[in-house]
Parts: sequence; structure tokens; C-alpha cells
Amino acid sequence: METVVSIKPLLASLVSLVAVIPIVMSGKRPNLREGWTFLAGVIKFGLIISMLPVILAGGTIQYNLWQVMPGLAIAFKVDGMGMLFAIVASTLWLATSAYSIGYMRSQNEHSQTRYFSFFAVALSATIGVAFAANLFTLYLFYEMLSLATYPLVTHHQDGEARASGRKYLTYILGTSIGLVLPAMLMVFHLTGTLDFSGAGILAGTTSKTVIICLLLMFVFGFAKAGIMPLQGWLPAAMVAPTPVSALLHAVAVVKVGVFSIFRVLTFIFGVELLRTLDLGGVLCVIASITILVASLIALSQDGLKRRLAFSTIGQLSYIVLGVALLSPSGLTGGLLHIAMHAFGKITLFFCAGAIFVATGKKNISEMVGIGKRMPVTMIAFLIGSMSVIGIPPTGGFISKWHLLLGTLEANRIPMLVVLLSSSLLNAAYFLPVFYRAFFCTDEESMFEAKVVEAPIWCVAPLVMTAAISVGLFFYPQPFLDLARMAVRSMGG
Amino acid sequence: MISPEQYPVLIVVIPLLSAFLISILGGMDKRFCYPATLLALGGSLAAAVATLCLVADHGIIHYRMGGWAPPFGIEYVVDYLNALVLVVVVFVAFMAAIASKVSVEEELPHKIPQFYTLFVLLTTGLLGMTITGDAFNLYVLMEIAALTNYALIAMGRKRALMASFNYVVIGTMGACFYLLGVGHLYIMTGSLNMADILNILPHLYGTNAILVAAILMLMGAWIKMAFFPMHGWLPNAYTYAPSATSSLVAPLMTKVSVYIMIRVMFSVLGAVYVFKVLPVKELIVWLATAAIIAGSLFALAQKDFKKMLTYLIVAEVGYMVGGVWLATAQGITGAILHIVNDAVMTLCLFLFAAIVVHKTKGHQLSNLQGLFKKMPITMAAFAVGALSMIGVPPTAGFFSKWYLILGGIDAGQWQFVVALLFSSLVNAVLFFRIFEIAYYEPESAQHGHGESVAIDEAPLSMLLPLVVVAITIILLGLYSGEIVTTFIQHAVPAGI
Amino acid sequence: MEILLAKYNYWIYVALMMIGIYGMIAKTNLMKKIIGMSIFQTAIIVFYVSIGAKKGATIPIIEHGHGAAHAAVRVADYVNPLPHVLMLTAIVVGVGTLGVALAIAMSIYKEYGSLEEDEILERLE
Repeated sequence: METVVSIKPLLASLVSLVAVIPIVMSGKRPNLREGWTFLAGVIKFGLIISMLPVILAGGTIQYNLWQVMPGLAIAFKVDGMGMLFAIVASTLWLATSAYSIGYMRSQNEHSQTRYFSFFAVALSATIGVAFAANLFTLYLFYEMLSLATYPLVTHHQDGEARASGRKYLTYILGTSIGLVLPAMLMVFHLTGTLDFSGAGILAGTTSKTVIICLLLMFVFGFAKAGIMPLQGWLPAAMVAPTPVSALLHAVAVVKVGVFSIFRVLTFIFGVELLRTLDLGGVLCVIASITILVASLIALSQDGLKRRLAFSTIGQLSYIVLGVALLSPSGLTGGLLHIAMHAFGKITLFFCAGAIFVATGKKNISEMVGIGKRMPVTMIAFLIGSMSVIGIPPTGGFISKWHLLLGTLEANRIPMLVVLLSSSLLNAAYFLPVFYRAFFCTDEESMFEAKVVEAPIWCVAPLVMTAAISVGLFFYPQPFLDLARMAVRSMGG
Repeated sequence: MISPEQYPVLIVVIPLLSAFLISILGGMDKRFCYPATLLALGGSLAAAVATLCLVADHGIIHYRMGGWAPPFGIEYVVDYLNALVLVVVVFVAFMAAIASKVSVEEELPHKIPQFYTLFVLLTTGLLGMTITGDAFNLYVLMEIAALTNYALIAMGRKRALMASFNYVVIGTMGACFYLLGVGHLYIMTGSLNMADILNILPHLYGTNAILVAAILMLMGAWIKMAFFPMHGWLPNAYTYAPSATSSLVAPLMTKVSVYIMIRVMFSVLGAVYVFKVLPVKELIVWLATAAIIAGSLFALAQKDFKKMLTYLIVAEVGYMVGGVWLATAQGITGAILHIVNDAVMTLCLFLFAAIVVHKTKGHQLSNLQGLFKKMPITMAAFAVGALSMIGVPPTAGFFSKWYLILGGIDAGQWQFVVALLFSSLVNAVLFFRIFEIAYYEPESAQHGHGESVAIDEAPLSMLLPLVVVAITIILLGLYSGEIVTTFIQHAVPAGI
Repeated sequence: MEILLAKYNYWIYVALMMIGIYGMIAKTNLMKKIIGMSIFQTAIIVFYVSIGAKKGATIPIIEHGHGAAHAAVRVADYVNPLPHVLMLTAIVVGVGTLGVALAIAMSIYKEYGSLEEDEILERLE
């Protein structure tokens, strides 16, 4: 295990923050402005990829930015787990930026400069969370992300946006200040440090009761993960423009939530501690309730984006379930699901946005026969749904496979049942959309037969992410390697 | 050149003499007042920073007035605690002075010389309170600060008059309590020098006279700092005071009073006495908890922006008093750090309030509509102050809260921890409500749907200090470890 | 009873102080409040002055001050001058406070045409 000291993780996080300046300066010239976004995206992606060889060789990259006080530092550390998440986020930022151009311009949205600026800030925060070396740094970027996404969620600045924005902040800030902050302080009080360590830092410091309290505070405190009953903000936040929903609510924000939970459970508590105290069961129950209830609610939603939102809530808990199983395959599956679900779900959101751009329709009941009008989009939609359901040949199958193996390893058969029934439910709420889109008579169809797709800037990204979803089935690298390495470092 | 030994006295003497000079210059031409004030406070700030560096390098400085040795002469003592507070006081006064130009010309056009004379005198009083090592001298300076403060607030006319009158009555009562306490100590020890009293006192810990003295002095400090439930005078006085006045007094009066409480506790009565002999520390932490919760709830109920801020001050006083009385090293560290941080944070918020009053002629919450578009820089700076009040890292407010909460956990005072978190949440609600109001356009301008609103920033003399203060908040946060290890940890009494 | 008599100076100050506090808190007329405040301050001044006094002592000017260095100064022979000196300052402060309070009261009267607190509060609305 070699440890490299390099400023790259900091740069990777900061580059999009710095890009805000030129973005704001060139606010009057949209092409130049979006050019800056792309430039920052490419540099960010390049920086992250350039760190990949070291990580794959089993090393870590560290950078201490600032020692605020003894035991409390702003520090970065790149390991397999952070790398996996960073690659996903930076790749999808590029895709989303392209998509944003198509979406925002064709919708003639106001305040696009503000939109692109805060998008860039949000990405900085996401990468910061991925590369945080301790809980304090993670918390710092977590809060930064909450604040940066508020203007994005409330972009429309109307009454609905206002109400949703309020709900969003109440959930996110309320839990992070009310639960995570005290839990973090308690950890610091008990251990004198907040540094992540593969073996966990809490073992042997306090009683089981305190550990359970802390566990619950963390799991529910990172409300971005949408664990029930704290999922209410996610459907509300769907008022945001679709690219925001796509990146932030299928990828960055929600994944930051589960990533934080994952990080804390494995690197603060430690797999070994959770196993000895037999806390996997509690987590399993929490996760499976969310998985099943969210899927059932998704069935009843007519708004396409809302259905996707509830689907996301369910899928996020797969990742938590991965930790809860406390077995190597389970953990691997959970980490992989961060990547696989991201590509699948973002495709679905892109499709929803493309449909809205091209036809103005938001509800599934109004989409009968849309497949004939937008065939490319709807086929991408099919691929995305297959990935989320977990049908080969899509990436989603790989992660679900590992999760299923994990249930067997951990000898938790009820969880196997939960996963399988959830897959059925996923199929039940996704496939009808596809079915209605293509299989209808000409009389039933609500659209003319002519092919009219959304603008190319909208369609290209969704084709790309759909293709990646398929590609990941055949070649799940480097995610699989990274996930396995991460699991090894947890001693799992 | 002036030798470094003279720095401590210069901090006080420069503004004291300048106050008279300003009143004379103002008589000739009132345009002289503003630059003269800046010059005086700038000089004082330089001396304070130089003193801070001296203390950091060489430790505690004793300065004997007129060369008389204590306990007979009056002594200035600059230790790790007040070196820090001195810099904060002058810094805040300096920034408030820079920002005052426009508000004073607008709100008090006929009283410019009077305003600046009192402004500088008030600063002198606060500095004197902070630096003196003599218990009676402290009373005199406390009253100098208070009297100038009454007058400055009363300049707001209208409702400020009544608020100021209440403040006179209650403030005088507080100062008199303090003076009575000093009298009792003098009867028992025959000394007025703080260090001298501290040395003599351990033989007298059991006596009732000392108990009475302790209670009276602490009561005096609590009334002066508006510690719940003695906070009644504060909200109206600070709300209706002229903008330039509230930018100075809101951040400083309560903080310096908290400093006085700490001084009385550790440098006069002794930490052993207040924590071990007096059986009240848990009671006071409970009171502080009540202060935090009540202050937060009252703030939540306000429609007036400035009044909301004043109730937050009441809550913040609870933070500091509670932190000190937790009687743990972490708690006291947090309280002292919070004196520094809260002064700067409150300054940021009140400077913003001054800009709002200047731009919109009111300080209701509804006056804030659409400000993000109109004044992006001002709002960004305000956002930093607001986030610091909520306690979002890496702003300063997070770190003092960090120490306070750790102190609460150490002491096992869970109710205090809960109150701190509760207050953070309430602050989040309060400030995001403001962000929300400022983020959305006023009803009348809605037809244009954005973009059309022209940027209309605050005047430079108001914007600059606000931005400097906002940056200071972040720097204070990042350097809080440094501040704690260099200064505060030496100020925490040993053996608790 | 003996305590009462032996320490009568303290009882006087306590009584004065209570009168003062009563005036400040219970009275609604601003002038009366100010009078209460003054009584309160005076009580403290009386208290301080009385603690310097000693039975049978004289003013603090040292007898045989010239060329009689050998004669030891007996503290019990002189009243303690320090509290008196302190009270000079306190009196000045007290006068200052009184002045400010009266000035504010005058302004209030000009503004509202009354010095009764309840009437003023009505006119505030």
C-alpha cells in the first residue's frame, strides 16, 4: 500500500468551483459560458482519471489542506470507494452539462448563468465528499452541497418551487444539523479523531446502546439518502428543471447521502464492530422497509418524474442494504450499485426530460404511443429501466447479482426475498410505461406517427448513458475492481 | 518612537483624546469628524494588534498608570484573554465607523459631531473595561460606555427614546449592583486591584460577605449583558437605535459584558470559588439553556429584521454564559472563542441591516424582497454571516459551537447540548426564511420575470467593511485552532 | 436588636436602596423613576462613605508629618480616605447618569407630551 501525497484531489474538487468565476463573467455569452462548464468538466474528469492508476495499484492519494485544530482537519484521501463515486459523478456531469444545454435553451429558462454556476458548485461539493479523508471534511462538503442545490431546486422561483425548496431544506438541513452534527461531535468526544479508517474507529470506546444511537443518528441524519421516513424531500424536489433532477436527484445529492452512510458505517463504525454487535439486522430492516414501500408508492404515481423519484428512493436503500449484509459480496454489490444505478437512472431522467421538451407531457397516462414518435428516447428508456430492474445485459444486473450473493453469504434469506420482490415491483412500474409507448393501436395513440425527437443536445447524452449502461454489463471495470479493493480495505 | 511598553495604554488613550478633538473639530466643520474618527480608531487598532503580538510572544503585560505600583495605583493588565478581546473591540468599532458614514449623514444629519464624539468615547469605555485590572476603575469605565451608549441610542428619536430610557434605568441598576459587590469585596480585602483581591480571597471563601459580593457582581454583569430573564431592555434599544449605533453596540456591549463576567469569575473571585464553593453552576447552565431557547423562539416570532437579530443576541449570550459555567476546559474555550466569533458575526448582520435601512428605508423582513438580484455582493457577505450564525463549516460560528457542544458533553449537561442544536436549527429556519424572501422578487416587479432588475449595490463605504467582515468570519473559522492554542488555552483557568 | 444598632449604617443603606428600587420598578412616571434611580445611587454612596469611617478617628492628614518619621502611623487613628475618594468619582458618574436620564425624559416629553409610561405606550402604537 503506497501512499502518495498529491494536490490532485483538492484540484479535482476545486476546479468546478473556480470555474464559477468565468461562468459568471461570461454570463452574457451563453456559448462561451457553456464552454467554461465543459472545460471544467473535462479537466475534472481528467484529474480524476489520472489518479486512477495509483488507486488500482492499491495505493491511496492524500492531501492535507488545513489543520483547523488538533484532530480536526480539512483533508482529502482518495481510495477505491471515493474513486468509484468520483468517476461516476464526473462522467455524468459531462453528460448532464450537454443535456442541460439542450434542455435549458429549448425551454428558454431564465437565469441560466446562476443555474450553471450553482451546478458547478454542487459538483465541487460532490467530489469533495467522495475524496474526504475524515468525517469533518465530509460534513463540510455535505453542507456545501445542500446549500448549493437550493437555488437549483427552486430555479423556477414560483410558489411551488418555494414550497418545495422549503421542504427540501427542512429535511436536509434539519437532519444534518439535528442528527449528524451531534453524532459527529459524540464520535469526536469518544475517540478524539474523525479520520476515516478501514477498521473503524469506534470499536471498544463505548457501550452498545450509544453505538446504536449513533448508528441511527447517522443513517437517518444523512437524509439525502432518502431512507424512510425522511424521503419526503425527494419527490418535492422534482419541481426542479429535469437536468437538475437527473444529476442531483439520481446521482449527486442522493448518492452523496448513501455514500456518506456507507462511508460512516464502514470507516467510522467498521464492519467488524457492526458484526460483533450484530447490528446488520437493524439496518436490514430499515433498508428493506424503504425498498418495498417506495416501490409500492412508485406503482401508483402517474407523473413520470415522481415515479422515477420513488424508484430512486427504493434503489438507494439497496446500497444501504449492501452494507447491512456485512458480507464481502454485499458490500461490493452496494458500492457497484452506486455506479450502476446512477447510469441507469440518469438515462431515465434524461428521457423524461426529453419527452417533456419534445411534447410537454409529464404524466405517464398521456404517453400512450409515444414510442412511435420518439423511438430513440423510448428505447433508451427501456435500457435504463432494465438496468434499474436488474435484467441482463445491463449494468444493473451485476450489482444486483452481487447483492443477491451477499444475502446468501450473510445467510439472510428474507433479504433475498425482499430483493427479488422489489425487482418484480420495479418491473411492474417501469415496463407498462414502455408497453404503452409502443404497443397500442393507432386509434389509442395520442401522437401522430411522425418521428419528432428532442433536440440533439438532449438525445445524445441519453443515448450515451444508455450505451454505458449496457457496456457496463460486459465490462464492469474499473468499477468492479474499485469496489472489490474498497471492500478489502474495510476488512470485509 | 513610542516604545512597545506604551502600546497597551495607547489603545485607550488615542481614542480618549481623539474624542475631545473630534468634538472640537466637529464644531469647526462637521466634515472633519468622519476621517478623524477613522484615524483615531485606526491608531487604536494598530496599538491593539501590536499588543496582541507582544502578548503572543512574551506573555502577560502589566502597565502601571503613572508608575504607581499595585495595589495602590491603577494597573492595566493585558493577558491572553483581553489582548484578544481588545483587538475584537477595536476591529468592530473601526469597521462600524467606516460603514457609518452614509447612515449617519442620512439618519442624523444635524448631529454628526455629537455622534462621532460619543461613538469614539463609547469605544474608549469598552476598551478601558477590557484592559483595566482594577475593580473600581472597571465600574467607572462601564458607566462611561453605558452613558455614551444611552445617548447614542436616544439619537434614534421616536421609539428609541423610550427604549433608551428603560435602558438607562436598568443599566444603572446593573452598574450599581456591580459597584455594591466591589464595595463588599473592599470591606473584606481592603483592595481594589483584581490580582490582589484574588490572592487575598481564598482565606475568606466561607464568608457571607464574599457570597453577597459574588452574587451582586455577577448580577450586575448579567443585567448589562441582557442574560435571560434580564434581557427586557435589549431588543427595543437595539432595534430602534440609529443603524450606525446598532452596528457598534449590538456586537460589542453584550460581548464585553460577558468578558467582564469571565474576568470577575476567574480574575477576582477565582475559578475555585465560583465552580467549587458556589453551588450554582448547574442552575446557571439551566438558565443559559432557557436563554438560548427563549431567545430563539422570540426571534422566530419577529417580523422586524433588526428585532429578530436582537433576540438572537439574547440567545447568543446564553451560549457564552452557559459555556463558561459548564466549568470544563472545552466549554470555557468555546465561550471565549464565541466572544470573538459572535462579535464579528453580529457585526456582519448589523452592517447588513444598516445597508437594508439605507436602501429600503425600513427594517421589516418584507424590505428584503428581491435583494439577491439587486445586491449580490452584499447578500453573499450577509450569507456568510448567516451561515456562521447557523454554524455551517468552515465559518467561525461552527467552531465555537463545536467547542461549546463538546464542553456540554464533557460536563454531561445534555440539556445545554440540545439547546445549542435547537438554536442552530432555529437559526437555520430564520436565515433561510430571509434568503427565501430575498431570493424571490417583490410582487410588483414580478411581471418582468427576472433579468430586468438592475444591480443596485450598497455604497462602497458600507459594502467594503461588510465584505471584510465576511472574509474575517471565514478566516477566524480556519484559524480557530491557532487562536485557541496561542491565546485561549492560556486564558482558561488551570485545574478545572 | 443589637445588630440593628451596631450596624445601623448598613441598614440605612439597605433601606434607601429598597426605596430606590421600588421607585425604579413600581412607578410609571418617568420622573419618579429617575428619582428612584438617584436614591438608589445615593444609597451606594452612603454605604461606601460609611465603610471608611472609624470610631474616634480623625481626618486622614498625618499628625507630626514633618520631620517625625519615627512616629509610627496608627491606622486606627485615621478614617480610610479611599472610599471617599472613590465616591467623588461615583458622584460624578451619578450626576452624569442623572443628566442623560433627564435629557432623554425631556425629549420623550417633547415627542409624546407626557411622562406617564402608560400614556406614552398608548401613543407609541
